Amino acid sequence: MKREFSFLGFTGRGGALSKIHELVREMKVARVMTSSFYSLAPTATMKELEDLLREHRISGAPVVVNDKLVGIVSIEDLIHALERQELDAPVADFMTSEELILARAQEPVMEALRRFEQTGIGRMPVVNGQGKLVGIITRGDITMALLHALQDLYTEAEQIQDRAQFFFDALESEATSLQLRYTVEKGNFARGGDASAKIKRALLRIGASPQLSRRVAIATYEAEMNLIIHTDAGGLILADIQPAEITVVAQDSGPGIPDVELARQPGYSTATSAIREMGFGAGMGLTNIDRCTDSMSLWSVEGVGTRLQMVFKVTPAETGESERDCEAT
Amino acid sequence: MTLDEIMEATEAQMLLEPPFDINLLSACASDLMSDVLLFTKPNMLLITGLTNPQAIRTCDMAEAPAVVFVRGKYPPRETLELADEMGIAVLLSPYTMFETAGLLYKAGLKGIGKLPIIRQQR
Repeated sequence: MKREFSFLGFTGRGGALSKIHELVREMKVARVMTSSFYSLAPTATMKELEDLLREHRISGAPVVVNDKLVGIVSIEDLIHALERQELDAPVADFMTSEELILARAQEPVMEALRRFEQTGIGRMPVVNGQGKLVGIITRGDITMALLHALQDLYTEAEQIQDRAQFFFDALESEATSLQLRYTVEKGNFARGGDASAKIKRALLRIGASPQLSRRVAIATYEAEMNLIIHTDAGGLILADIQPAEITVVAQDSGPGIPDVELARQPGYSTATSAIREMGFGAGMGLTNIDRCTDSMSLWSVEGVGTRLQMVFKVTPAETGESERDCEAT
Repeated sequence: MTLDEIMEATEAQMLLEPPFDINLLSACASDLMSDVLLFTKPNMLLITGLTNPQAIRTCDMAEAPAVVFVRGKYPPRETLELADEMGIAVLLSPYTMFETAGLLYKAGLKGIGKLPIIRQQR
């Protein structure tokens, strides 16, 4: 098996998974259905239906008038006609024309799949917004489309990893690291967590384990909210990613923390009630950060600024069980 | 516990469906997001009265796939947009946080158990 490249020595799957999310949620019936199909007019005879089914090895056909769907006729209807020896009768006499089970071209594939499961039928005609017949969808179409899409995703992921490998292999240095930099605005709660979410996605993308990405994200999120809540003018978040170690620094230029030891006490907070109403200011931020990091250092001078450095060791995937996680123990 | 079971236990309604079937292993009820992040475990349900986007951010960081907003609070548009983007399911419970949590606990959803008592200095 081909060893998948990853900068951090792990194989990340978070990115691919969220793409499957998208795929399953967003894929429309129109993309999956077969748009070439055989149909019959209501005036066609049951004998013509028999020929059509036999010739094309299908088990049913839609019945249309001026492109509009008026019914469905299946192999079961043909058997009825054979039993009654009425092969010369028009399709209209045997077709199902009421309470047709349909798929709509613009609905998600998941909806169609649900209907297949609820009704137990094998195929559905697909109509557009005007009720015009535009295709046929089977369970097999959905399976094939999803398999193909998965294949594409997989190929794409492989290409990204190949490119990343090429990129890092081409660089010669004693220690190569990837640096990410984010500006955090004071008081911008709407964007709070943006930088942390981006760091988390980046880590997953370059192959960090979900546990590692999570503890980096949680600690960085706390630091990011501190910049938003407590600083005079916002600050910076810098992530330095190396194969064995990730360092995230959150720094600002004031006001500084008067008593760092006190600030580190669990439950100590200077947040206003307005901040608490927004869900922050529990006084647990630094405690949380401490839990999630392998080491942290907090430097602060009143009137100068604060620098919080958080270090996360990249532990091998094999020892995943002993890997620290930001969980209550 | 599935979202269907949660909806049944708390008479909640689903505002935003999850992209995947999810199975919740535990729950955490709080309006303070740092407390949530302290207790977080994967596949945890967040029960909160905080309807701003930070509740969703917290779910994303903590890998909590679903949130129940309590006491009939309806979240603002930006919260729903973020939840949709992050693929986090949103449920609305008509009960208070205490009652929502109680009903779910009674229905068999676990908490995280005991924590050490930490002396808090103010």
